[in-house]
Amino acid sequence: MQATNILILLIGFGTVAFYLGRGRSLAIAGPLGGIRKLHSLPSYYGMHVALWCALPSVAILGLWMIFDDPIINSLVIGSVAADIIPIDTASYNLLLNKVSNLADGILPRTGLSDSLLDAADHMQSLQLISQWALTALSFVLSTMGLFWGWSKISAEFRARPVVERVIQNLLLASACVAIFTTLGIVLSVLFESIQFFRSVPIYDFVFGLDWSPQTAIREDQVGSSGSFGAVPLFVGTLLVSAVAMVIAVPVGLMSAIYLAEYASKNVRNFAKPALEVLAGIPTVVYGFFAALTVAPFLRDLGNSFGVSVSSESALAAGGVMGIMIIPFISSLADDVITAVPQSMRDGSLAMGATQSETIRRVVIPAALPGIVGGIMLAVSRAIGETMIVVMAAGMAANLTANPLDSVTTVTVQIVTLLTGDQEFDSPKTLAAFALGLMLFMVTLMLNIFALHIVKKYREQYE
Amino acid sequence: MSKQTENLIKIQHSLKRRNRSEARFRWYGRLAVFIGLAAVATLFFDIIGKGHGAFKATYIKLEVHYDQALIDIDNLTDTEQMIAGNWQALPKVALREKFPNVSGRSDKRRLNNLLSSGAGFDLKDRLVANPHLLGRKESIWILADDDIDTYFKSWLAGDAYAARLSSKQVQWIEGLHQQGLIELQFNINLFTRGDSREPEQAGIRGAVMGSLLTLVLTLMLSFPIGVAAAIYLEEFAPKNKWTDFIEVNINNLAAVPSIIFGLLGLAIFINFFHVPRSVPIVGGLVLTLMTLPTIIITSRAAIKSVPPSIREAALGMGASKVQMVLHHVLPLALPGMLTGAIIGMAQALGETAPLLMIGMVAFIVDIPGSFTDPATVLPVQIFLWADSPERAFIEKTSAAIMVLLTFLIIMNTSAVWLRKRLERRW
Repeated sequence: MQATNILILLIGFGTVAFYLGRGRSLAIAGPLGGIRKLHSLPSYYGMHVALWCALPSVAILGLWMIFDDPIINSLVIGSVAADIIPIDTASYNLLLNKVSNLADGILPRTGLSDSLLDAADHMQSLQLISQWALTALSFVLSTMGLFWGWSKISAEFRARPVVERVIQNLLLASACVAIFTTLGIVLSVLFESIQFFRSVPIYDFVFGLDWSPQTAIREDQVGSSGSFGAVPLFVGTLLVSAVAMVIAVPVGLMSAIYLAEYASKNVRNFAKPALEVLAGIPTVVYGFFAALTVAPFLRDLGNSFGVSVSSESALAAGGVMGIMIIPFISSLADDVITAVPQSMRDGSLAMGATQSETIRRVVIPAALPGIVGGIMLAVSRAIGETMIVVMAAGMAANLTANPLDSVTTVTVQIVTLLTGDQEFDSPKTLAAFALGLMLFMVTLMLNIFALHIVKKYREQYE
Repeated sequence: MSKQTENLIKIQHSLKRRNRSEARFRWYGRLAVFIGLAAVATLFFDIIGKGHGAFKATYIKLEVHYDQALIDIDNLTDTEQMIAGNWQALPKVALREKFPNVSGRSDKRRLNNLLSSGAGFDLKDRLVANPHLLGRKESIWILADDDIDTYFKSWLAGDAYAARLSSKQVQWIEGLHQQGLIELQFNINLFTRGDSREPEQAGIRGAVMGSLLTLVLTLMLSFPIGVAAAIYLEEFAPKNKWTDFIEVNINNLAAVPSIIFGLLGLAIFINFFHVPRSVPIVGGLVLTLMTLPTIIITSRAAIKSVPPSIREAALGMGASKVQMVLHHVLPLALPGMLTGAIIGMAQALGETAPLLMIGMVAFIVDIPGSFTDPATVLPVQIFLWADSPERAFIEKTSAAIMVLLTFLIIMNTSAVWLRKRLERRW
C-alpha cells in the first residue's frame, strides 16, 4: 500500500480509537457515579488511546520512507551479476538509475542484458516486500497500541498529564524545526563547500581575480580555464548593493523623517501604505522592470550624452534594488524615530531650535543605533537579493568599480551554476555552494549584529 | 552695546539662514516621499501599459471546410487516425481559398504564417467537441500568429511595428481589416492554457495551478508548525539558553536570503532524501521553511496580545495549562495568526529564487493536477517569459505580472480587512 494511503488509514484508526477510549471511560464511569469519579475528562482517555494507536505507526512510517530507498538500492547493487558491477560513483549512479527505471516500468525491457533485468526484478520484489512489510507493521503496531491504551483505562488512570505531555513535546518539536532548518542550511552548504575546497584551494577562491567556472571537458579545450577566483563576484555584489544603498538610504530615511515628524495625518495615512506597496511587490517584477524598462532607458540616456552605458549595467539593477529597499528602510527608521521620547523633542524645541535642527541634532542621534541596525539589515537584503540581478545584471565577471559597466554578483552565479540539470560532483556546481556559504556567513553576521543593535536600542527607551 | 543685545542681533542674523535650512529640509522630505510614490506609480503604469494588450488576441475569420478527404479521417473516435490526421491542412486550405491569387512557395509560406501554428489542432479540438461538423463548412474565428498580433495591435494604436512582417502580409492584413475579418477578441487562451514556445498559444493556467498546489502544501505545513512553535515559545518555553537559541535562530532565519533556502532544498530534499525535482512537493517544503519564521513571529505577536487576565481566569477555574492555551488563548489569537499566515502566503506566492534551484524552472506544457506532477509557479513563469526573445512575450509577461499582483493585492487587502474586522481591543 502507498505511504499516503497508510497515513490516511492511520488517521481513521486514530479517530476510531478516540471514540473507543472515550466510550470505555464513560462505561467505567457509569457504575461509579458519573464522570466526576474519573481522574480525567473522558475525551482525554480517548486522546490517550488515539495517540497510542497512531503515533508509533506514524513514526515508523516516517523512518521507513526515509530509509527504505537507500537500503533497497544497496541490497540490489550489492547483489548484481559480476558483469555489471559498478566501478566508480558515476557508473554506480547510472546503473542505479537504469535499474530503478526498469523496475518502475519507465524503461522498456527489450534489448537489455539479463543481469540488468535480474537486478530490476530483484528491486521490484524488494520494493513489494518493503511495502507489504510496512503495511503489516503499521497495522500490527496500531492495533497493539490501541489495545494497550484501551486496557490501561481505569478510573484512577491519569490520562490528562500523559496526553498533555505529548502535546507539549509536539509543540517543542515544532519550535525545533527552526533549529533544524538552520542546521540543514549550515550542513548542506558547508558539506558541499568542503568538497569544493578539496579541488580548488580556499585561498584561490577567496582571493582569486579570475572567475570563469566553465571547466574543460577535454584537455585541449580553449576558453574553459575553470578558474574560481571569486573576487570579481564580491566586487560586483558590493557595487550593486552600494548603488542600491545610495538610492534607498537617503530616500527611505528622509521619507520616514518627513512622514513621522512633518506630515499631516491625512498625508501619512495615504503615503505610508502607498510606500509599503513597494515592499509587497515580488522581486521578479522588479527584475522585469529593471531589465526591460530601466536598463534600456539608462542606455539611451547615456547614448544621448555620449556615455556608453552597458545594457546590463550595475546602475539599472542597483537602482531598482534601491527602490525595492526604500520601504524596508523607511518602515524600520519610522519605528525607531517614533520610539524617541517626545520629551527630548520638547526640550530641544523649548531651547529655540527649529524643527529640522531638533531632528538633526536630537532625534537622529538618539535614533542612530536603530537606524544603523536597519541599514545593516537592508544591506544584507541587498547582498542576498537574487531575481533583480539575475534578470538585469550581467553574467560576465568583470572586475570593475564603474556602475555603468556590466557586473555579475554572487547570487547570479549561484543561479546560473545550479539551474537546469547538472552533475552534482563537478567543481562547477559545488562552487555554487561555496558561494552560498560566503553569502550565508556574511548575511548572518550582518543580521546578528544588526538585530543585536536594534534590540539594545529598543531597551534603551522602554 | 550690552552682551544681551549683541546675542539678539546674532540670533536675528542667523534666523533667516536657519529658517531657510528648515524649509530646505522639509522639501528634501517631500522630495523623498515623492520619489517613493513616483516609483510606485511608474512601476504600475509601466506594467499595465505593457501588459493590458495581452488580454486581447488577434483573430482572423475564415471559412473552414472540415473535409474528410483532406484531413484523411473517417472516424472521429479512432485515436490513431486522429493523431495521424493532416490537421494543419485545414487552416492552410481555408487561407488559400480566401486568397486565391497567392502563388509561389515563399508567398504561400507567408500566407500560412498569418495563423498560429496551433490553428490546425484548435480546429481538431473543435471538431472532436462538435462531431456533426465533419464534412461541413463553417465560418470561424481562428487565432492569428504572434507577429501578426503584435503588428495588428500596434497598427490599431497608430504606431505600426512591422519589423517581422513582409509587405505582402501587411497588405493581406489591411485587406482583411477592410472586410472586417480580423479583430481583437478576449484572449481566453491566456487563462486556459499552459506554457508554450509560441507566444499566442501560451497561457498561465499551468503556472497558476502550480502556484496553487505549492501554496496549499506550504499552508498545510507551515501554519500548524508555525502556530505550534509560537505557542511553545510564548506559553511553555522555560527561560533558558535553549529557548534563547531557538529565538535567535528564528529571527535570523527571517533575514536569511531566500536563495539560501533553495540551496538547502537542493542539497537536503533532492540530493539526500531523493524527493523528485520540479514537483510542488519540494517547492512546498522549501517555501514552508522560508515562510515559517514570518508565521512564527506574527503568531507570537498575536498570542502576546491576549491579555493575561484571560489566562489567569482559566487557570483559576481549574484548567490545566494546555487547556488554558487550547481553549482560550488560541481561539482569541487566531485572527492575528490568520493575518500572519496570509502575509506569509503572499510572500511565498511571490518568491522565485529558491524555486529556480529545485528545478521548478522547467518548460512544462501540461497543467499539473497533483502534488507530484512537474510544475512551475507564476513568478517563475514570469521569469521564463521575460527571458524569451519573442517580442510578443513582453506583453504576456506584463499580463502575467498583472495577474500575480492582483492575487497579491487581494491577499494583502484581505489580511488588512481581517485584522480590522476581527481585531479585539482589550
